[in-house]
Amino acid sequence: MTALLQVEGLGVHYGGIEAVARLDLEVRQGERVTLIGANGAGKSSTLKALAGLVAASAGSIRYDGTDMRALPAWQRVGRGLCLVPEGRGVFSRLTIEENLLMGAYHRGSVPQLSRELDHIYGLLPRLHERRHQAAGTLSGGEQQMLAIGRALMARPRLLMLDEPSMGLAPLMVEKVFEVIRNIVAEGVTLLLVEQNARLALEMCDRAYVMESGRIVLSDSAARCLDNPLVRAAYLG
Amino acid sequence: MNRLRMLGLAAAAALLLALPFITDATLGHGWVRILDFALLYVLLALGLNIVVGYAGLLDLGYVAFFAVGAYCYGLLASPHFDLHWPLWVLLPMGAMLAASFGVLLGTPTLGLRGDYLAIVTLGFGEIIRIFLNNLNTPVNITNGPQGVSLIDPLRIGPWSLGQVHHLAGFDIPIVVNIYFLFLLGVLFAILLSRRLEHSRIGRAWAAIREDEIAAASMGLHTRNLKLLAFAMGASFGGLSGGLFAGFQGFVSPESFTLQESVMILCMVVLGGMGNIAGVVLGAVLLSVLPEALRAAGSLQQDLLGHVWVDPSNLRMLLFGLALVLMMLLRPEGLLPARARQRELHG
Repeated sequence: MTALLQVEGLGVHYGGIEAVARLDLEVRQGERVTLIGANGAGKSSTLKALAGLVAASAGSIRYDGTDMRALPAWQRVGRGLCLVPEGRGVFSRLTIEENLLMGAYHRGSVPQLSRELDHIYGLLPRLHERRHQAAGTLSGGEQQMLAIGRALMARPRLLMLDEPSMGLAPLMVEKVFEVIRNIVAEGVTLLLVEQNARLALEMCDRAYVMESGRIVLSDSAARCLDNPLVRAAYLG
Repeated sequence: MNRLRMLGLAAAAALLLALPFITDATLGHGWVRILDFALLYVLLALGLNIVVGYAGLLDLGYVAFFAVGAYCYGLLASPHFDLHWPLWVLLPMGAMLAASFGVLLGTPTLGLRGDYLAIVTLGFGEIIRIFLNNLNTPVNITNGPQGVSLIDPLRIGPWSLGQVHHLAGFDIPIVVNIYFLFLLGVLFAILLSRRLEHSRIGRAWAAIREDEIAAASMGLHTRNLKLLAFAMGASFGGLSGGLFAGFQGFVSPESFTLQESVMILCMVVLGGMGNIAGVVLGAVLLSVLPEALRAAGSLQQDLLGHVWVDPSNLRMLLFGLALVLMMLLRPEGLLPARARQRELHG
């Protein structure tokens, strides 16, 4: 089976600082892949480069058979490569429904939009109750769910989540991951960046471990959970 | 409910139609002229509102677009080049030219926001004014500080707005003609603003204002959307510039100082950024009130027997005081946009 996403030799620089170096990674259709690592390992930079929010300085990004480096961010979203940015990035002064509609922005006005809204509300009933409230009034966990719901409105084929558990209470983290599991069950391919390595490894098929901008380990998630090095460094 | 709305609209329309005649009969031509200028400022403020209120891009050089529109009209409809193009060509042309200047300003400033953007736009406004002031040598284009005079009066087909008309036994003075033309422009601008605000583009601007990274990861073409905001806002400025030139019959660089940009921005902020009704209110208040305060001199004479404070000083004093009080007591503006109200009084 060919990979949906094939990254080779990816590099990201911020001025003279090398955030990501010679990174190889692949995600196959229907797979759940996680990228774990300590703070500052380059995980978020990798996702941003894949989404086109920062320019890659080296390497190639092949997605669905085409080279993504030539495409700007807004065209990548149109092909189903969607990122939920770190820190959620909900539009706090727009209503929940307006936030969700923003997710479908690149698709123009399509007639089935209200049916898709209903589908999202089915997955996330809390949002439906509050759909005319400002997004800023939601709790952190609800905002995270809104951000995920908004990304779903873009009809992603590969959904990239950047630290969905960040800053959430443990109970809320459970709920957010529950939602992510439901979404994956619908057939969305997932690339998950997460600090909470145990949760990430438990829900994914394969894992990459990043350190100082490089991949240091790539294995099945189950084997990573048993790997003494991973256990010592990330599972505590 | 709907009938009530219709009734309200009809009453407002009747009031707007009767206003210049009532004002003319009671306060005289001078005050109708002030109304004309108020409408012009409403048009300008609505344009700036697109840039500042909708897209959240702070623009301190907005008057430059006004100048572009005014000079476009002035140069192509005056003895200066001996060109006398008609209104229906010049007004759209001024708006388009201003829009392209908007893109010109927007392109290099795309990466900037907040204070930095404000500084660059301020510089842009000054550059335009200084160009207008100095483009009389080696080739005389703008006629420099003397400005362009004897500009053709506004004319719609055979119907010149620059002369008194007689209609059904009534005299319709020039300032009233102008009032109706400007009113038409304002209504057009309000309609367009409303459509924009509630469109997909309006939502996209709001998203960029809130969080540009998230907006980009939603697949918004942030660069083009920001340029579009600059261009749309600028086109309103260009349109009002053309109207201004045709009304005044004279334009010179002096009319387009930083003070004007600041004033227009004050109108938008004071009234309520992002809300059309608020912006209109702000523009009317700030253009009419200072004129009304001119009466402060004679009032002092009558009441106190002596003019204690020069009315022109008093005007700026009260104006400044009003702004300070507003920002302390009601920072969201007189009639705020729903979203901004939510932010400041969660």
